[in-house]
Parts: sequence; structure tokens; C-alpha cells
Amino acid sequence: MRLFAAYVIGTIFGVGISISGMANPAKVLNFFDVAGAWDPSLIFVMGGALVTTFIGYKLVFGRKTPVFGREFLVPQRRDLDARLIGGSALFGIGWGIAGFCPGGALPALGTGRWEVFAFTAALLVGIILARTIESAAARKPNAPQS
Amino acid sequence: METEFTPWISLLGGVLIGLGATLLMLFHGRVMGATGILAGLVYPASKSDFAWRAATVAGMVTGPLVVLAISGAMPAVQVPVSTVMLLVGGLIVGVGVTFGGGCTSGHGVCGMARLSPRSIVATGTFMVVTLATVYVVRHVFGG
Repeated sequence: MRLFAAYVIGTIFGVGISISGMANPAKVLNFFDVAGAWDPSLIFVMGGALVTTFIGYKLVFGRKTPVFGREFLVPQRRDLDARLIGGSALFGIGWGIAGFCPGGALPALGTGRWEVFAFTAALLVGIILARTIESAAARKPNAPQS
Repeated sequence: METEFTPWISLLGGVLIGLGATLLMLFHGRVMGATGILAGLVYPASKSDFAWRAATVAGMVTGPLVVLAISGAMPAVQVPVSTVMLLVGGLIVGVGVTFGGGCTSGHGVCGMARLSPRSIVATGTFMVVTLATVYVVRHVFGG
């Protein structure tokens, strides 16, 4: 039941991404191309998703626990650091170059297009590379603690 | 490559994205962040942790097939960039979201909906940098 729910929830998200245009690099890049073939559709995606989640979370957090778990696992950190900002800036460069973000690419895999698989493979390599760099840095005794 | 302005279907898509995020929190107590879900598949904390992530991703991949069944057409995926840009971009995205701790779904939707300062700053940063990157690629280098 727990896994079936996760599957259905993933499907709802995947349908949303698919029809919104987030899975289409041409539409994503045109959203950011304000000096060229500007397509403002993605404002409506972000708006619809944010308002729905904002209201939805308010209702959900009225409960003590999730349906299938003991606690809500929500990030608690509130500080701003160079790692957050630098990482986000890097993500922005990559998104602007390729036009796919992780949330757009995962559902787009279902279209069977080879370009999506190529992007996702590179994305996984990037994640593994960053984790490897991180754990190597953590092993150095005098490395700064983050 | 021109694309058509699609406010209503994009709004509906956004509402479904938000519904998915809400339901994942309601049922599993988890943030619907593609980065976190994917990273957890590569580095699973436990068998059951891997299982819900795999089920969620399988659902995501089913999304376009549901769209095909309902509308009779696969959602459009138009790739206006070269394979090299796809691969280089993908690699940079992977490194960036790992250090940044999230992407459009995790920070942009789930984090901003919780009014998390980290997510608001992360989202603002990547939106501005993406805008600048697209400008440079398209209008400075003419790619």
C-alpha cells in the first residue's frame, strides 16, 4: 500500500510535469529567453505548484504524523551558506545550458527520447562526482565542517 | 525554436505538481524533490527507503504514458541544444543540485511553499543564473 501510494503520487507529479512544459527543454529555455522567443508559460507552472503546495502543506501539517510514517521529514536548516548559493548558481548554469532540470527530466524519461536518457546519465555522474568530492573533503582532518 | 504560450494547461500542470508534493508529504512525510529522491536511489539509506523512492520515480516515468492514453499524444520534448550541451549541462546540474541541496521541485516548490529562507535564496539564485546563462548562450555566443 505504501509503495502503491508512492507510485500513484509519482504518476500525478509526472503527469503535471508532462503537461506543464517543464519536461520540454525548448519551453524551459524560451521561458528564460526574455530577449528572444519568450514564452511565459512556466510562470503559471510555478504559480500553480506553489499555491497548491502552500495550501496543501498547511492542511497536511495539521496532522501529527504522515499516513505511513512516524514523522514529517522536512529540512530544518535556516542558515545561508556559500555551498547553498554556489551549488544553486551551478545548477542555474547547467539548467540554462541543457534546458532540463532533474524534476523535468525524470518524468520525461517516460517519453523514451534518447536525449533525456543522455541528460539523466550525465546528471547521475554529476551527483556521484559531487558526493565523491564531498566525502574526500570530509576525510581530511582539518577540513572545515559544514 | 518558438513555443506556444500555454497558460491554462501549464497552470493545471502546476496544480498537479503541487498536488503530488502535498500527497507525498501527507502519506510518506517526504519532500517531493527530484534531486533528493534521485540521490537517495544512488545512495539508499535502507531497503525500504530505496523502495518508496523507486516507486515514486516509476510513477513519474509513467506520467507521459498517462498523458498519451488521455490525449492520444506524447508530451512534447523538443531539445534545441546539442548533445555536448546536454551532457555538459547535465553534469553541471548534477554537481550543482548536490551542493545546493535541491532543484526546482525541492527548493522551488516544496521549500518555497514552507517559506524556507534557504529555499527562497536557492531558487532566486538559480532563476537569475539560468536567465543570465540562457542570455549568454543565445545572444552572446548565438548558440
